[in-house]
Amino acid sequence: MEDDVKKFLYVNRKAPYGTIYALESLEVVLIGAAFDQDVSLAFLDDGVFQLTKSQDTADIGVKNFSPTFRALGDYEVTKLYVEKESLEERGLTADDLQEIVWEDEDDDYEEKPSIRIVSRAEMADVMADQDVILSF
Amino acid sequence: MATLHTVNKSPFANQSLLSCLAHAKDGDTVLMIEDGVYGAGKGTGLAEAMTAMASRVALVALQPDLNARGLVADRILDGVKTVDYAGFVELAASHDRTQAWL
Repeated sequence: MEDDVKKFLYVNRKAPYGTIYALESLEVVLIGAAFDQDVSLAFLDDGVFQLTKSQDTADIGVKNFSPTFRALGDYEVTKLYVEKESLEERGLTADDLQEIVWEDEDDDYEEKPSIRIVSRAEMADVMADQDVILSF
Repeated sequence: MATLHTVNKSPFANQSLLSCLAHAKDGDTVLMIEDGVYGAGKGTGLAEAMTAMASRVALVALQPDLNARGLVADRILDGVKTVDYAGFVELAASHDRTQAWL
């Protein structure tokens, strides 16, 4: 029933390996995906580091979970909002992030980008548009 | 009489790296580990302050932590050296004391 669908936003503000927050967030997103809600992810502040390319954790003894972001499309999680100012403050551009796509079954399974680079003001609008916000 | 300073937090999340740099003496070594290695990135808001410090303290980052975070060689600030775990131990042994900036 459409009335039961709520807008959920997972807010990610921590770098990937220094704390457990980033991995836990991704776990909760994957669990929550089973409930057919309208899910979005926000990446701001150090959270933008979660999406960078070329992560290789072989020598620090923890799981490299960055490839898992590329599987989110299969769970109908297709909106990853990334804050432009947070990237810039950290010397990053969209090119430093992984390519993450989803297949649009209503458009001949065309692959479409999941990452949406937004300004700080646009991110504020995304946040204000939600029913439930989960912070990590 | 040199000190090895270690910084393990992202410089964008708190002031530890900046405070460390403000207290380090000429000839000291600042070793960035864990999330501290984000301080070694090129083109950041901190890059200028880091480059200015490189002439008076040795700036070093732990290679395995750079690798984990996708900080590949061409994304690292000029003047920052890297060490592996054995190099970390050598730094600890070759300095008079170690100060951790948590």
